[in-house]
Amino acid sequence: MTNTSTKNKVLWAVATVLVLVYALFPVISILATSFKSPSDLTSGKFLPSGGTATTDNYEQILVGDAQGLFLSALRNSIGISVIATFIAVVLATLCAYAIARLDFPGKKLVLTTALAVSIFPVISIVTPLFNLWRTIGLYDTWLGLIIPYLSLTLPISIWTLAAFFRQIPWELEQAAQVDGATTWQAFRKAIVPLAAPGVFTTAIIAFFIAWNDFVYGISLTSTEAARPVPAALAFFTGASQFEAPTGAISAAAIIVTIPIVLLVLLFQRQIVSGLTSGAVKG
Amino acid sequence: MASITLNHLVKKYGDGFPAVNDISIDIADGEFIILVGPSGCGKSTLLRMIVGLEDITDGDLLIDGQRVNDKAPRDRNLAMVFQNYALYPHLTVYENIAFPLRLAKGKHSEDQVDKLVTDAAATLELTDHLQRKPANLSGGQRQRVAMGRAIVRQADAFLFDEPLSNLDAKLRGQMRSEISQMQRRLGVTSVYVTHDQTEAMTLGDRVAVLKKGELQQIASPRELYEQPVNLFVAGFIGSPSMNFLPATIEGNTLQTAIGDLQIPEAKAQKAAGKKVVLVGVRPEFFEDAKLVEDHKQSNGSTFTATLTHTEWLGNEQYGYINFDPAPEMRELLNSLARDMDADELRPQVVVTLDAASRIRGGREAEIWLDTRKLHLFDAETGENLTRDAEAGAELTREANQERAEEIATAQGTDANRDSGMGGGTPQHAGASAASPAASPDAAGRDDAAGRPVGGTGTGGKHAAG
Repeated sequence: MTNTSTKNKVLWAVATVLVLVYALFPVISILATSFKSPSDLTSGKFLPSGGTATTDNYEQILVGDAQGLFLSALRNSIGISVIATFIAVVLATLCAYAIARLDFPGKKLVLTTALAVSIFPVISIVTPLFNLWRTIGLYDTWLGLIIPYLSLTLPISIWTLAAFFRQIPWELEQAAQVDGATTWQAFRKAIVPLAAPGVFTTAIIAFFIAWNDFVYGISLTSTEAARPVPAALAFFTGASQFEAPTGAISAAAIIVTIPIVLLVLLFQRQIVSGLTSGAVKG
Repeated sequence: MASITLNHLVKKYGDGFPAVNDISIDIADGEFIILVGPSGCGKSTLLRMIVGLEDITDGDLLIDGQRVNDKAPRDRNLAMVFQNYALYPHLTVYENIAFPLRLAKGKHSEDQVDKLVTDAAATLELTDHLQRKPANLSGGQRQRVAMGRAIVRQADAFLFDEPLSNLDAKLRGQMRSEISQMQRRLGVTSVYVTHDQTEAMTLGDRVAVLKKGELQQIASPRELYEQPVNLFVAGFIGSPSMNFLPATIEGNTLQTAIGDLQIPEAKAQKAAGKKVVLVGVRPEFFEDAKLVEDHKQSNGSTFTATLTHTEWLGNEQYGYINFDPAPEMRELLNSLARDMDADELRPQVVVTLDAASRIRGGREAEIWLDTRKLHLFDAETGENLTRDAEAGAELTREANQERAEEIATAQGTDANRDSGMGGGTPQHAGASAASPAASPDAAGRDDAAGRPVGGTGTGGKHAAG
């Protein structure tokens, strides 16, 4: 018994390490690359060669030549993703609440439409959108990106939240009403605290999706007015036309990863699963 | 404290199906009313209409004489205990109990809230758990927290929606007696929904039996048991349930599938003119003929039957007699069984015999039946032909008197104990002391495995367990 469990543990540990290495190797590779000097890029070594590690790449994108390109892109990315996430979560919360609570005709239709939209290939609507946006003046604006981002984030938000809301015991709301709460108080004091983790989780997922988008970002923008980071990276150039911008791109990639990591760490506490247990006899 | 009046209440859903159909009940101040019936009979809907969670389609609901049809639940000042407790998982036990007080903003100071919550927790023996979250409590503790939330505020009435159905049999017996004690002590009007007839019989001052949204009979448990108005009530109340035997009447003789029975003339007369009747016999009306004392013999009729098998339970034993009813009678018995939620439809008579009886399955035996107590039912309408309304009403009057006395006693002792502690808030009182006395027996009976399926096989589901 003990033998097998020890053996199991070792196997699990080995598997975990393998998966970790597989998943984190590209990130570490980029991290290492971001500290290499241009001449060191093609050295073929994983780490910067001894003594040549440099922060030039970071300086370049934050305070140097590429500053204008990168910082405005960062601002665009944050702004657009936050707004798109906010709108998606608010709309999806209302929609999912209705789906979970009410019986109305067309409920199935809403859900299947959401699913259909989310599996629709992005690339096929980029061209029509490009033409449409140019005609109506949304091309290269924040709004021009927020709207397509909603089409990506809304369906998945609706699905996640609807699934989450279905688990909330609605008797709580009735119990609160009997206990003397108004409809609004019952919602705020009994339902919102339980729904919050689900909403946070959904918000994070929606934010990732908007933050990581490349296709819309590069197709529907042309200047620094609205271009988000993933698209901006493609426009980096080296110091001269003979130099590859690999180092700067790596540095930028590392920097845009930071908000995501921070976000997860910050909201980790909110995403407490099983908070609803104990409300009712399961 | 309040009286509640249900005046021709109707609840219709969108498809026009009446879930509750024209129910009128007067609930007196301090009375404990049980709503009982098979699943889908509308008992929970009715309760939710009283508390305000369901709209009332038609009729009037009065609390203390005031019409409250259009009032929101929070304006009715009723407390409800939900079947699945509905505790707020993000709040501690203390905050769960304090929740109603906190909602009534400004009415209670922080000190008052603390005192009320502590008192309620003490009554329910939750003091040690006040800082825990519901998720970490056992089923019984959660149940008590739900009760705490109800008693902490001075609600006009308590409404219970199958509060014990999620507990195991032993705990159920214990909580049942605690609820009963608490209701008497607080003297609060209570309405209690259950499908468990043990709860119905033991808790209720009056029990309302519902079937398909219609009120069949409302009376004290004893009246329901001894003077049921119709087949449904007779079959639903009692465990093992009443046996129904199709019979033809000739003079004072009932010809049944298990033999001919001589019945008192008074009873026979009430069924005069009916060709076929259903004889309702409770299992305990039977006895092993050898064990019946001589002076009692004349009260009944003796017949010979072959038992298929017997079950010895220690204090008594159950015997089973199979019979074969005519096809149209079988149909009637089947539909009766369906009404009561049972699916097993074996035409069978259950007899209760003395534990000392040596009658065993497979052999012919002489069985005595107390014919004074049996009832005759109209085979078509199900109406009880031999019901003695006056005797029934007398039983309910007695029950009412007992209730008044019990409340007086409970509150009298409570007042003495509380003197100097102030206020009408619930205190320790008998809750803990009382439970062991009442529960083991009750729980044990609930548990009895293989409890016989009564009568024509219509027992089953509606009994505890």
